[in-house]
Amino acid sequence: MKITVNGKEMDLNWRTAFEVREQIGEPTDIVILNGFQIDQDSPISENDCLSIIRKGIMPTEEELESMMMARHTPNVHKRLKQSKVAIAGLGGLGSNIAVMLARIGVGQLLLVDFDIVEPSNLNRQSYYISHLGLPKTIALKKQLEEINPFIKIETETVKITEENVKQLFNGYDIICEAFDKPDQKSMLINTALELLPNSKIVSGSGMAGYESSNLIKTTNPMKRLYLCGDLENAARVGRGLMAPRVNICAGHQANMILRLLIGIEDI
Amino acid sequence: MKVNGRFVELVKGQTLYNFILLQKFDLATIAVERNGEIVPKATFKEILLENEDNLEIVRFVGGG
Repeated sequence: MKITVNGKEMDLNWRTAFEVREQIGEPTDIVILNGFQIDQDSPISENDCLSIIRKGIMPTEEELESMMMARHTPNVHKRLKQSKVAIAGLGGLGSNIAVMLARIGVGQLLLVDFDIVEPSNLNRQSYYISHLGLPKTIALKKQLEEINPFIKIETETVKITEENVKQLFNGYDIICEAFDKPDQKSMLINTALELLPNSKIVSGSGMAGYESSNLIKTTNPMKRLYLCGDLENAARVGRGLMAPRVNICAGHQANMILRLLIGIEDI
Repeated sequence: MKVNGRFVELVKGQTLYNFILLQKFDLATIAVERNGEIVPKATFKEILLENEDNLEIVRFVGGG
């Protein structure tokens, strides 16, 4: 029977996942069968994907990639690996969305922001003290390379305007709008919907403060526009942006992007 | 005319631009889809609304 073990195709006669572990690993090794970590033995069948992972040991690069892949449902991973997503704005939404997309293995990310990391970003954005003063593009790229070295990350440290939207995002089927200012959101969405007829936009609107988490939702108000947030709660004096709701909204956007990448347009 | 899923009474001969201002939308922070197509902001003043129109007006709020 042909199965894939730690990234290599093998012809094996063992019939259960734990039998394979017994033969090639240690009893304490973690076993992942078709993307799911199992605690109880399970029969294996033709074309299954099995990973036997030693705890706490730094694997080789090849083994590492197969282990990371093992956590994804095999066909999903293949599609994501071939996908590319552009992220416009690397603040509370964009930086956290980029981390999630890197973790799920989106093959190519374009990170666009003109700004540098400042102390006021640390309350919700995915940056550290050691990043202060660096361009957000560079600080974020460093993190993503530590999370998933098997994806391609491109950066553009420029301010996005009506004039450069087409040139920056041409060829990207999915543009993630993650700006802070509402007029900037409007500018990018209007321009991209007008000039890039093949692109879908996943945007965030309304996630300030600490209102109920459950007010944040994913909507599809226009053709090719997916809008996540509570659609109401703007950041203003007395209602700042805080990590939990910003991350909830970022999660909505990242999951909608994932759905679109695997061909689901339904919200 | 239908706006964001609800029927509204349309004043005859009204442009999209006038309608948006009358409804107190901020031009800088919205996007408008008319009958399934995005409407470029530069054309708002030229578009005469009709009873059959279906408008979707999305307002963006700050924070991210």
